[in-house]
Amino acid sequence: MGQTIVQKILARATSRQSVDVGEVLEPAVDTAMSHENAALVMNQFQEIFAGLGRPAKVWNPNRIAIIFDHRVPAESKKTATNQKKIRAFVAEQGITKFHDIRGDEGGICHQILPENGYVLPGYVVVGTDSHTTTHGALGAFAFGIGATEMASVWALGNVLNVEVPDTIKVVVEGELPKYVQPKDIILHLIGKISAEGANFKVLEFHGSTIRNMSTSGRLTLCNMAVEAGATSGIVPPDQETIRFLREEAGVTGDIELIAPDEGAKYCQVVEIDASTLVPQIACPHTVDNVKPVTEVEGLKVDQIVIGSCTNGRLDDLETAANILRGKKVARGVRMLVFPASFKIYQKALELGYVNDLVKAGAVVMNPGCGPCLGVHQGALGDKEVALATTNRNFKGRMGNPESDVYLCSPAVAAASAITGMITNPQKGGF
Amino acid sequence: MAKVIYKFGDDISTDIIYPGRYMATVLPSETPQFAFDDIKELNKLLNTEKTDETRVILAGKNFGCGSSREQAASCLKGHNLTIVARDFARIFLQNSINLGLRTVICPEIEAEVGDELEILNDKVINKTQGKEFPIVPLPKARQAIVDAGGLIPYTQKILKQRMGIE
Ligand code: SF4
Repeated sequence: MGQTIVQKILARATSRQSVDVGEVLEPAVDTAMSHENAALVMNQFQEIFAGLGRPAKVWNPNRIAIIFDHRVPAESKKTATNQKKIRAFVAEQGITKFHDIRGDEGGICHQILPENGYVLPGYVVVGTDSHTTTHGALGAFAFGIGATEMASVWALGNVLNVEVPDTIKVVVEGELPKYVQPKDIILHLIGKISAEGANFKVLEFHGSTIRNMSTSGRLTLCNMAVEAGATSGIVPPDQETIRFLREEAGVTGDIELIAPDEGAKYCQVVEIDASTLVPQIACPHTVDNVKPVTEVEGLKVDQIVIGSCTNGRLDDLETAANILRGKKVARGVRMLVFPASFKIYQKALELGYVNDLVKAGAVVMNPGCGPCLGVHQGALGDKEVALATTNRNFKGRMGNPESDVYLCSPAVAAASAITGMITNPQKGGF
Repeated sequence: MAKVIYKFGDDISTDIIYPGRYMATVLPSETPQFAFDDIKELNKLLNTEKTDETRVILAGKNFGCGSSREQAASCLKGHNLTIVARDFARIFLQNSINLGLRTVICPEIEAEVGDELEILNDKVINKTQGKEFPIVPLPKARQAIVDAGGLIPYTQKILKQRMGIE
């Protein structure tokens, strides 16, 4: 029987020839990622060893990544103290993949992992963050786990009780029209299959549109796979993956391209014709409440947000800079831009994008999660409307349950910043 | 006997269960005060009315979707709640099992606030309405964690074997 790509990865991680859907495995972990919630993981980790009366020691300090991104710089003494404790733990355990708040190597965890070559095709990647699905863009099986589960991984090097998931094959064909972006494909897909349409399953992306897409776009797709409930999203790695890993992530070692078998069994096939798509908007308060931009055009917005692990990469900033160059953000609109990492920020400086955005009236913030999760920076007032390139619009997500969050692509966000209302950039003038 | 104290629809996210602004609170024992903090009447009900009776929160599909924050499970566990839902989002379900929060998957459940439920291994009996609804059993793997008393003892068991501790 042919195997899906995730079946093959799990077989490799358990030293087996093949695995069946529904089987329960304890695969070896290649990369285990946490952010500030490492403080909670540490707590549970100490508890495991306290019960054994042995000193607490992680299984492999080179396979653990800890990245500060959710609250940087710290917004409260509580966070600052947690970060301090994590730094001490990192030093004590000798954890090597640690990214502190620094202008040379900091950023959002889901950008730091790819850009530093911490994820390779065929890897099993777990993270204490639901958007760990992002790393499937490089051909890894990557999924979110809870803090206690991570404590268990830190102790054992295996993630316990992984059921081999079913896989949905998503085939995207055709050329994307102007101003239709990878974000629109994934929003459209989530709207089509619903917020739980892929619960406990994997979304495996195929088709000419995906083959022609940059790694950046694939990261956007896999990032939001979890918004359809998926355990993971995955793109079969190819020459573009190798290009990205060699040129942008500095990987020099072997890269093995792992592919699904011809006869792999999928529980469902979803086909999307990219050439007929228009920009998409996820309306409040669920990510699957997706409408074509043409149905929500004209809605007044108070805040525009470009950034996050979904759409804070260099090409996203480029799109925004191209649209805003020489123009102005509408009066009464606050435009916040937060690049996904400092590497991206530096490149955007060199290429003049930051200048374009700031001159137009945007505020370019420090890389990190920024307003995305509503804990600091860029909260919304009562009854205010935000249009954001982030990935979640749940009630209260940006810090205020009395506000509305709409999700869109960088192109729609930038065009809307100029008009002060939700705008279809395809309409011209941009 | 268990009593339904609140009823939700579908897609209740972890942002509603445990708002992101409290994520700097990491000790599980400190999380229950923030459960459903944006739904004031429910937060108040949980934090002021102490009772020995099992309290049930009823939900539709995809309960616990969104963020992987474990506080969403620990804050409910601290209130000794049982969550009966038509189904759960994956990470939330796994977190609940790891921490020992009782979650019951009951795809056809019908009940209202105030109804008395009896929760058995294979079904939920709504005593008030005189109806029964089947429960979807936990996958074997997850049951093994429940049987061990949660993921920490389960991990300790494996570590002991590996380290050769009796
Ligand atoms: S940018 Fe937003 S979605 Fe991404 S990791 Fe940060 S908080 Fe999570």
